[in-house]
Amino acid sequence: MARLATRLSWRDRLGTIAVRSGLRRNSYLMVPGLYCLGEPDGNSPVLVTGNYKLSVDTVRQELAGHHLWLLVVDTRGINVWCAGGKGTFSAAEVAYQVQNSGLAQLVNHRQLILPQLSANGVRAGELKKLCGFLGRFGPILATDLPEYLRRGEADEAMRSVTFRLSERAVLIPVEICLLWKKLLLASLLFFLLSGISPEFFTVEAALRRGTTLALANAAAIFAGAIATPLLLPWLPFRQFWLKGAVLGLLAGLIFVTVAGEGLARLELLALLLWIGGCASYLAMCFTGSTPYTSLSGVAKEMRRGLPFQIGTALLALLLWLAAPFF
Amino acid sequence: MQGYRYLDDTAILRLDAEKCIGCGNCLEVCPHRLFTLNDGKARITDGNACMECGACARNCPVEALFVNPDDGCGCAHYIINSWLARVLNKQSNGCGC
Ligand code: SF4
Ligand code: SF4
Repeated sequence: MARLATRLSWRDRLGTIAVRSGLRRNSYLMVPGLYCLGEPDGNSPVLVTGNYKLSVDTVRQELAGHHLWLLVVDTRGINVWCAGGKGTFSAAEVAYQVQNSGLAQLVNHRQLILPQLSANGVRAGELKKLCGFLGRFGPILATDLPEYLRRGEADEAMRSVTFRLSERAVLIPVEICLLWKKLLLASLLFFLLSGISPEFFTVEAALRRGTTLALANAAAIFAGAIATPLLLPWLPFRQFWLKGAVLGLLAGLIFVTVAGEGLARLELLALLLWIGGCASYLAMCFTGSTPYTSLSGVAKEMRRGLPFQIGTALLALLLWLAAPFF
Repeated sequence: MQGYRYLDDTAILRLDAEKCIGCGNCLEVCPHRLFTLNDGKARITDGNACMECGACARNCPVEALFVNPDDGCGCAHYIINSWLARVLNKQSNGCGC
């Protein structure tokens, strides 16, 4: 049986950076099965987690000095939370790994400790029937595992989900990196559109105005995908598209003041609308990463946010195209 | 959840007190601590704070709880894709996360 180190190697750390920055998103997984942490025996507890390598890395790091079994179930490399929602982290899957690993022959007790956030996928009551083990939900965060193991139970704080500044900050790089392809495509389009002029097409204008537009994009990304997540609890409004629009318009105002020299009025207005609309959209997309937005709520706000975003974008484009002709 | 509040009167979360046997599973699993147990029956304390994760309904042994069953992790891409799929009459390809 494989024994896992409780310290991360430089390769693990590089891997973490790669995943967190969005370079490797869907392929960071571990072979499912039973692993040892330290030197577990028949009385050692059994922890269950998904095979997203970041989850496993966090768990094993937090449990340095402990002796226990780690049952890694096949969630196709997705984190526990999303896997529960998608149905891959299920009682059936846990039971399958229990049987496959011969866990019953290795331990004297019949208890599994599951991450609380897998409860949306795992019906713990079913495990007994399926594999003879009793499923119990441990704490939400791996950092609370040592305390949980010592006490044998989780308190209210361990069972409450949080969304602290640091928890929001680690989500930002992925959000941004997912945008690269779209950005590249958009920039290309911007240069082409920006070159259209009364003389049909001007390379000089394409470069000059295209660069301005690309910079405006950077401002929108900063407002919608960086500042919004960081400032989330302090921004006005509950709907994310509004939070993003507020910050976006603010960023837009600053942008046209700083970088607007030599631009026509129509162009300034176009930039303002564009930054506001894009930031609103990016902020709305961040709902997918928070642990407090309901799907019904997101759908509801999107019915309002999308028309605003599409409207501002179209208007901005129109003004931008029209400007050279006035 | 301190410091955060999402839309009111939107999340779909229902509790059928008739069916509830007071096992306490929902109290344990809810990451937003939205249940209490009074006289052997669960009660929802703050339904507006529900994020529709479905953990309570999944672990209720008597199906006394109902949560918006539309899965996916509540992200905008997922919703756009499912709307597009409906318009184009195609299978949604999820959200890619
Ligand atoms: S769906 Fe999730 S957040 Fe809502 S009440 Fe149930 S467990 Fe709590
Ligand atoms: S899980 Fe179901 S039966 Fe148990 S307390 Fe909650 S509502 Fe009642």
